[in-house]
Order: sequence, then structure tokens, then C-alpha cells
Amino acid sequence: MALLEVKNLGISFGGLRAVDDFNISVEQGQLYGLIGPNGAGKTTVFNLLTGVYRPSDGIIKLAGRSIIGKTPDEICQIGIARTFQNIRLFKKMSVLDNVKAALHHQIKYSLVGSLLHLPPYSQKETEMNEKALEILQVFDLDSEAGTLASNLPYGKQRKLEIARALATNPKLLLLDEPAAGMNPNETGELMETIRLVRNKFEVTILLIEHDMKLVAGICEYLTVLNFGTELLTGEPEAVLNDAKVITAYLGE
Amino acid sequence: MNRMKLNNTITNIIFIIVSYAAVSLIVTSGILSRQMTSLIIPIGVNIILAVSLNLLTGFLGELTLGHAGFMSLGAYTGALITVNTELPEMIGLPLALIAGGVVAAIFGLVIGVPVLRLKGDYLAIVTLGFGEIIKSVLTAMEFTGGAQGLSGIPKYTTYKNFTIVFIFVVITILLIKNLVYSRHGRAICSIRDNYIASEAVGIKISKYKIMAFVISAFFAGIAGVFNAHNIGILKPDNFDYNKSIEILVIVVLGGMGNIKGSVIAAVVLTLLPELLRDADNFRMLFYAIVLIAMMLFNNSGLRERMTSWIKSKKQVKTATGGE
Repeated sequence: MALLEVKNLGISFGGLRAVDDFNISVEQGQLYGLIGPNGAGKTTVFNLLTGVYRPSDGIIKLAGRSIIGKTPDEICQIGIARTFQNIRLFKKMSVLDNVKAALHHQIKYSLVGSLLHLPPYSQKETEMNEKALEILQVFDLDSEAGTLASNLPYGKQRKLEIARALATNPKLLLLDEPAAGMNPNETGELMETIRLVRNKFEVTILLIEHDMKLVAGICEYLTVLNFGTELLTGEPEAVLNDAKVITAYLGE
Repeated sequence: MNRMKLNNTITNIIFIIVSYAAVSLIVTSGILSRQMTSLIIPIGVNIILAVSLNLLTGFLGELTLGHAGFMSLGAYTGALITVNTELPEMIGLPLALIAGGVVAAIFGLVIGVPVLRLKGDYLAIVTLGFGEIIKSVLTAMEFTGGAQGLSGIPKYTTYKNFTIVFIFVVITILLIKNLVYSRHGRAICSIRDNYIASEAVGIKISKYKIMAFVISAFFAGIAGVFNAHNIGILKPDNFDYNKSIEILVIVVLGGMGNIKGSVIAAVVLTLLPELLRDADNFRMLFYAIVLIAMMLFNNSGLRERMTSWIKSKKQVKTATGGE
């Protein structure tokens, strides 16, 4: 059974059909790419998967359970984490606190414990610090744990966003244009990081990307979206050389 | 790490003891005029109000203009208990404090739920309206004494009995500070920084917004009880939007999300009108001017420039081997 199962997904905003009859099936452990020209509805699909929008019709199942109608925070707890196209960090909080905020449901103590700083507080906070630093280490961010998130350079902010998403211990990680605004060097580095993340955290990854080198380099399977509908699904090589796909991107 | 924490705790305890000693010295020795001394309680009340409002505006990031409403609920609840029951002070005052806090907290919940969907200026307007509604209801009701006010409240918490107020000021600061540096506090701050991302990492926004509203209102209610038992008479007009704005000014001046700043600003801004008493008719004008000057000093980078200037002076001194 596929980890993520989406069938006939559709949403309308007034008269606009942003996503229509969209199907995707992502297997456990896969690195799956979702590509398509600008305005094709890729981010809308992400927003549907994470509960930001409620689909007009269709089925979304994670590990066999329907997640339709659930709120974003519930979906996160069920196991879908995401990053954003335009970075959304907790800017006035430290790098460490950004990750610790995402550990909210992993390591818990009561409100009374919070107000009075009872013994479980220090114990769990230490545990949280260790866990957060462990995650930050994977991204080479542990040395900047105390830095304010807004003071990080762009590339590191992107990494921190991925680190924060992983802290929620997801089954499925959605990356929305992780390489946007990066130079070829940084993109190369990011490809390595994404591979590493998949293996180390045993997470399934679905990513949106415009950088075809990255897509061809790491994705094992691709779905092309055009005008809100699925254009083609298959192995990267076949998909990227397909005449329909090239037409969708470049025109006739 | 643990050692640093211990050191911090010790510094805090010493600071609390020293400030308690200073306050009791001022009260018992009578070095200051009676007017100044009697400001001890309003200072404490304003600290509690400012620190609790800072939880909403500074940490949750929501602009609210109804804090005086919560305060008045606490004040009237507490006063009605001590006025209408014959309980001795030892029981009456704690009961009034708890009841005042709880009633305000309940209204925090009541107002918190409907305003969850509002943000920014819309929330500010709704909370402003809430404060005015409370005021109107208090004026219209008979058991609250109407516009005449509620008088004959036992003066349990005047400056002579400052200890209990002092204790509650410390408790308020500690609890809110503890809250901020916890997983719940992080959740609240993350909502302020980016509520979409906050939801995306699994934080239930509505729960934490309401939590912040309830806790903040609870302490505002307690501040109201102290206020009532200090002045001895309550009038709905004392809790209009001017009071809410006064508290907001303290929070903004002290710095959003800065508890220490709120405390200092509460002390300064409570004393200021009294210090300016000699200026007579121009008192409020000077008050406003000082306020503007302080805001500019705090926000225009003037302070940073000055500290760096002092630092560079020091460096020159050490470089040349002092005098």
C-alpha cells in the first residue's frame, strides 16, 4: 500500500478550478517530484495535502487513513510536515527554539510544569535541547543554535526550515521549492542534504522544484502538473524528455 | 548550564530581597512624601497589568485594548465579596483575589473564543468595544453602585500592607516568565512570529491564543482586586479605554516581549505624573513630551549609538592605559 494516496483531488476557488482530477501515489521511502510550469497548482496541492485548503472533491489518504477535513496541526501530528516556498521561520526566536517549537508534540510536559518550572520541566527541556541539537547537526546548524533565525543567511534559513519540519517526526515530508534562490553550488549541497535526510530520518519526500538538474538528479518518480491537472507521471528521464511536458513548459 | 541556572536563581532571589527591603524602608522611614509613598500600590498594580498584557501583545503578538475591562471585572468581583460578606481579612482578601482572578479569566475565555478569527486592528477594535461594554454594564447595574460607584471597600491593600501586593507582583513576574520559557510559551511566540508555520509544525493555534487570553485576564483581575482595596471606592469611569491605553503605553515603552522592560516602565510611568506635580497645569503636557522623548530614545537607535559611544570611549581609555 502506498504511503500517500491521492485520488480525483480537486478544488475550486469561485469559478476557478485550481486543481482538477489530480492523482498521485507515493510509496514509502520514495523521493517523489512534483513539477509543472508556474501557476500549474503545485503549491495548491501542497496546501490541500496539509489541510490549509479543504478539497472540493477527492480522496487523500496517508497510510490508509483519510485526512480530509483535518486541520493543519492535526495533519502535522498524523505525519505530514512541510516547508514553504517563501520561507516561514519563527524569526524572532533562536535557531534552537525554532526546532524546539516543532518538538512540541514529541516531548511534553503540563502547563503547570511550565508555569512553575517543576522538575519534569528541566528534564524534558534538556531532552528537547539534545534532540534539537541532534537534528541541527545534520544540517550543520548546531554551531548557530543561539542565533536569531532572521539573522541566518538565506541558504541556512532554508535548511533550518527543513530541520524544523523534520523535528515533528513526519512520515511524509513536503518540500516546496527547496532550491529556490540558490546558486548551483548550494543546490548541489542541498541535493546531498535531501538524500541524507531521506536515509537518516527514514522519511518519504515529495518535493516541488523548478530546478530540473535537482529534479533529474534526486527524484525517483515524477508527476507533471499543468493547469491543475496531471499531465504525465513516470520516471524522470522519460518524463523530462516527453514532448507534452516540453510543450507545457516552453509552448509550441 | 546547570550552574548558570543556579547562579541566575540566586541573583533573582537577591534582587527580590533587596527590592523588598528597599520598598519597606521607603514605607516605614517616610523619606518620601506621603503621596509618593502611597504610589507603591499603584506601581505594583501597574506592574501586574503590564506584565500580563505583555503576554498578549508582546509574546502572542495580538494588540488588545480591553485590559482595563478585565481589571474592572476583578476589581468589582473582589470588592463585592469583601463589602457584602463579614469575613475577616485573612479569609476575605484571599477569597476576593481568587474570585477576582477567576471571573476575569472566565471573561478572558469568553472574549478569547470569538476573537480567535480576528487579527491586528480588528482585534484591537473588538477588545476596545469589550472594555466599553463592561464599563457600561457596571454603570447600569444596581448592585455595582452604578455611576455613583461602589464605596466602603475595606482598605486591605494600602501602602501600609504592601507585602501581599509585593508577593503577587513577584508571583506574576515569575509565572509569566516561566511560561514564556517553556514549550507552551514557545508555542505562543511561534504564533506571533508566523501562525501559518506554527500550525504546520502541529501547534493548535486556537488553544494557545485562548490560553494566553485566560492567563493574562486572570492576572489583570488580581491587579483589579488590589486596586479596589487600595482606593476603597470603585467607579466604572476609572476603567475606560484610557486605562487600557495607559497599560499599553507601559508595555510598548518597556518593549514588546520584554518583561524586565515592562516592570521598569511601569515604575517610571506611575511615578512620572507625581514627579511632574509642580508643573501644575502643564503636567499632562510634560508627561506626553517625556513619553515621546523616551519612545524616541528607545526606538530610534539613539540608545544603541549612545552605548556604542560609551564603549568606544572606554576602549580608548584602556588602549591608552587609562589616566
